[in-house]
Amino acid sequence: MSDLWFHPSLVLLAGGLLLPLVPAAAKKAWLLAIPLLTFASIVLLPQGTHGVVSFLQFTLVFGRVDALSNVFAYIMGLMAVIGSLYGLHVKRDVEHMAAWTYVAGSIGAIYAGDLLTLFLFWELMAFSSVFLIWFRGREESLGAGFRYLLVHVAGGVSLLAGIILHYHATNGDLTFGLFDVEHPTLAAWLIVIGFVLNAAVPPLHAWLPDAYGEATFNGSVFLCAFTTKTAVYALIRGFAGLDILVVLGVIMALYGVVYAVLENDSRRLLAYHIISQVGYMVAGVGLGTTLAINGACAHAFAHILYKGLLFMGCGSVLHMTGKSKFTDLGGLYQKMPWTFLFTLIGGLSISAFPLFSGFVSKSMIVQAGFEDHKLWVGFLLLLASAGTFLHTGLKVPYFIWFGKNHCSKETWERAAEPPWNMMTAMAVTSFLCIFIGCYTPYLYRMLPYPVEFEPYTAYHVSETLQILLFTGLGFFLLIKKLEPEAKISLDLDWPYRMGGRAFLWLARKPVQALDNAVGEIHRAGGLIPLMRSANLVNVFDNRVIDGVVDGFAGSFRTLGSRLRGAQRGPLQQNLALALGAAALLIVALVFLN
Amino acid sequence: MLLRLIEFLRQRLRQVIYVSCGLLALVALIDVFVDKHHAHTKVEHLPAFWSVFGFLACVVIVIASKAFGKAGIMTREDYYDE
Repeated sequence: MSDLWFHPSLVLLAGGLLLPLVPAAAKKAWLLAIPLLTFASIVLLPQGTHGVVSFLQFTLVFGRVDALSNVFAYIMGLMAVIGSLYGLHVKRDVEHMAAWTYVAGSIGAIYAGDLLTLFLFWELMAFSSVFLIWFRGREESLGAGFRYLLVHVAGGVSLLAGIILHYHATNGDLTFGLFDVEHPTLAAWLIVIGFVLNAAVPPLHAWLPDAYGEATFNGSVFLCAFTTKTAVYALIRGFAGLDILVVLGVIMALYGVVYAVLENDSRRLLAYHIISQVGYMVAGVGLGTTLAINGACAHAFAHILYKGLLFMGCGSVLHMTGKSKFTDLGGLYQKMPWTFLFTLIGGLSISAFPLFSGFVSKSMIVQAGFEDHKLWVGFLLLLASAGTFLHTGLKVPYFIWFGKNHCSKETWERAAEPPWNMMTAMAVTSFLCIFIGCYTPYLYRMLPYPVEFEPYTAYHVSETLQILLFTGLGFFLLIKKLEPEAKISLDLDWPYRMGGRAFLWLARKPVQALDNAVGEIHRAGGLIPLMRSANLVNVFDNRVIDGVVDGFAGSFRTLGSRLRGAQRGPLQQNLALALGAAALLIVALVFLN
Repeated sequence: MLLRLIEFLRQRLRQVIYVSCGLLALVALIDVFVDKHHAHTKVEHLPAFWSVFGFLACVVIVIASKAFGKAGIMTREDYYDE
């Protein structure tokens, strides 16, 4: 255990707690200093095991710092800086406190060396992030927040159940390491369910677009980075090589693409593309080779930045115009050209254009699929990447900044470039997206295994450009079909949204009717006979019992008055007679013995 | 500055489209000459394989998704309102 150990999450938690006490003049400096300090404390953290604490019969490990946890903690810390800069002008302290607590939970979970500590920070994430949804303040956000919380609590229960079973199976060893993925136990499956729920793997994914489309403009920038990628980290740590994850990952990658075609809300579209992109990572975890794991880490790193950038772009439009639906927007290039450029850079990065960040990370996973002789994985992931460019690279920029102008007069007048801090955050992230794409050693050196992969071969560049540019051709030929429609798409939140309503209906209608019926039965079959029998008892009581009691009492009174006649007058005589009788009895007893 | 560039390109939309089409042809043509040493499978040796793949992928995704949406998944916006 190192003496230099200081948990980076503590910086954020303490910084958040002190935030309301910071004078207004120093607030912005504080809002930048705390995430920067956190990031610095992550970068400077020496590798090894720190913060080992004995608690009851458990050994808790708060700081397992190795190559895998470092790369994830690094990007989380970086994203905390960018996200805080983006929301710097937000006045309410609690919004920053919720966001920082959420990030602290994510970093804590990444550094956790045992399952109990992991669980602790895992739940901290769920309970702090829900405020980022609620603070939007709309009625819909309240409902979405509650649904988000319920789903995550359910996932948490599964995780905890798995941990308890694992604890019994291993005789008290809670170290968080690789599970036996060849023969997973029930405990392992329950833990996987907890993890894949947070990674938004279908059918446990519907919370994500529901919540991220409804959060505050900067809340979504935080949300899009931490929950799913912490889950990807946990899957890599615990379940690298679990075969079913390959299938689930490919399904995810395509599922998100299909729903993105139908989506009319820009931020929900981006949320569906998180599912799609995390699908690549989950598939990489399932493949489990060193190339695939490197790919999953690299893609998580690149994804956090470009997805953050995309959410910042669409968040700026929402912040400035109050709108996020394509059917309320259009033609905004005249008002927000720079926001358009930054969003486009995010779109080109997620689409894996050469020289942008996605190109150097996504291709590792696809290559790992082909190398593992799973051709279907490679081809289907490339199919999904065509879909990614189609929506995030083309549909989002086109229908917000070009296309038919659907803006109302008010929206058009409100539209303008966002404040300097939001612009700066987007500019910095854009730079990083391009930097990672151009200078590969920056990212590749951080990965857990040595990298022997070269993305910039002539063949790979040619392959990618062909897929993407011909997808672009398809987009402009089919643009009529892609016109946004003011509709929503039903997803797998339907069962619990309508199920909840069915439960309410059940409570109102049949249960209420049953209650009434039982009441009626009780009245007719219970209360009335009860009254009748009570009457009978009353009559019985009056006539029989009272008669008997009165009769006895009458008899005793008569007997008493008769006896009174036999009584002697003076008390002394009575006493003497009584004592005499007693003495006679005692003598008799003595002699008889 | 950026706005002027966009306006400049929009005023010359026809030229932009010609250039884009030229670029597409060029990219497909390059495929014939590129070293296919890194190809994963045999089908990739067909000329312009990935161009066809990209275009068909786009068409399939749009048409299949729209069909899926029209099959009852897309519904009115106030569906969940009570």
